[in-house]
Amino acid sequence: MTGAPGATRNSEAAGEPHLPIDAVRPPRPGRWIAAAVALFAMVWLLYTIIVNENLHWDVIVEYLTDGRILGGLWVTIQLTVLSMVIGLALGILAAVMQLSGSPVLRGASALYTWFFRGTPLLVQLIFWFNIGLVFPSFGIGVPFDGPKLVEWQANELITPFTAALLGLAINEGAYMAEIVRAGIRSVDPGQREAAEALGMTHRQVLRRVVLPQAMRVIIPPTGNQFISMLKTTSMVSVIAGAELLTVSQRIYLGNFEVIAMLIVASIWYIVLTTIASVGQHFIERRFERGHDALRTKVRRNLRPFGKGSV
Amino acid sequence: MALPAFETVPAPPMVRIRSVRKCFGSVEVLKGISLDVPVGGVVCVVGPSGSGKSTLLRCVNRLETVDSGRIWVDGDLIGYAERGERLHHLRPAQLCAQRQDIGMVFQRFHLFPHRTALENVMEGPVVVKGVPRDVARKRAMELLERVDLAGRAGHYPAQLSGGQQQRVAIARSLAMDPKLMLFDEPTSALDPELVQEVLAVMRDLAASGMTMMVVTHEMGFAREVGDNLVFIDGGVIVEQGNPRDVLANPRHERFRAFLGQVL
Repeated sequence: MTGAPGATRNSEAAGEPHLPIDAVRPPRPGRWIAAAVALFAMVWLLYTIIVNENLHWDVIVEYLTDGRILGGLWVTIQLTVLSMVIGLALGILAAVMQLSGSPVLRGASALYTWFFRGTPLLVQLIFWFNIGLVFPSFGIGVPFDGPKLVEWQANELITPFTAALLGLAINEGAYMAEIVRAGIRSVDPGQREAAEALGMTHRQVLRRVVLPQAMRVIIPPTGNQFISMLKTTSMVSVIAGAELLTVSQRIYLGNFEVIAMLIVASIWYIVLTTIASVGQHFIERRFERGHDALRTKVRRNLRPFGKGSV
Repeated sequence: MALPAFETVPAPPMVRIRSVRKCFGSVEVLKGISLDVPVGGVVCVVGPSGSGKSTLLRCVNRLETVDSGRIWVDGDLIGYAERGERLHHLRPAQLCAQRQDIGMVFQRFHLFPHRTALENVMEGPVVVKGVPRDVARKRAMELLERVDLAGRAGHYPAQLSGGQQQRVAIARSLAMDPKLMLFDEPTSALDPELVQEVLAVMRDLAASGMTMMVVTHEMGFAREVGDNLVFIDGGVIVEQGNPRDVLANPRHERFRAFLGQVL
């Protein structure tokens, strides 16, 4: 290759001149003014918060790592993770039932989502907490009032934590069912046929072919549900669930630092949701595998395309 | 030795289709089809779109159920067990066992997009037959080599051309060691310049003695590779015979009209 001016790169046709584009952009005064106003508003807001003595920043800093707050934080995380895991399992079960050939299974699934999406979560939480008023005891044995093998009293079984977990998980399952169903339906029916033609059973088709592809569609809204759930756990404070908001309330009932304690709780909620958002980003990327030809890396260092071509 | 006496008896066909009928709603797509495919034979099924040729193929590995009639593959009645006077539906596990021996290649490939070419080929043996992964991987590499794609083993389907994807799909079917291969318009979704690479693999497969049923519009392939050409129109077999003969001297007007359109 000869070193001509505006040298050729890679496979460019030799002899073609290099014509760089170095154009001047048109002025955008409106955008500059809007940006200046927005910046001013943000700085002013921040200033009023920082200098405001009613906010008691020292108290906020002091209680941010208080043992009771951290305990509440831990309960919030446990409630979120457990109710999402149980909710996802219930959702997959309900979605698979919804897509089944049996009208009884489809009906049962529809009844479940209909009821738990149709009543407020707050009502459900209070209901589960007071379930002992309806069913004083639970047992395993012969159905329809037959003899019982084991029996528990509702008052021992239903603590604020188990009531919260029941309420959150069962409610979440109803929403996850719709998300999972949409994900399963998004998979090309040809995928199922190809898997069946190999001789896979229904379960293998679901587990190996349909669900991994449905995950692409299921993960983003599930991430939203998870982030939403981190905050929804605060509703558990109505049954004294001992999570972040409940312990914050208990503290401000003692020291009257209402706003400071609410800010402490809010800071922790924001930290949790931020971490969850970052995690969601990485999980989404994992399940994009194979779907973006140019961004997906070929496995084992094999290159998809020759050097110089696209 | 009494056995040699049987050598004159012709071998039972790999596929035996008898009086198959199939309706979708009120439309009768197959109106009584009977057809044999001998062991090692290549049958090419042609016909206008909507003639029922793909449906017939899909009935053979029971992706579609038949309304009446019988299909046997290698002597096994597809989908049912005959006990006494009555037919009994096979259980799902038994259906899966029947499908394992029948490879199918689709018009739109249907490779698993979340798995690499190699993983696609390994999937059947590992999941369905429980073959150890390293054994399956070695065999999958051999098959990719056979379809001339060993260098693309680590690529995802989205990173392969249509012709390459279809060749991986053929390797995926072959990995199950099928007795019979079904091809449902394997080159219809391909750009014209990619058709030949897929046909070359299929030609190779036919030469190796594989029994094949091929729904296609490639008359050149049918003439060169096919042992039997079947023309289906309106849900019935209108004409069939040696491809060279029937293509040179089509007897039925409908077949002549069809050939006039595709050639």
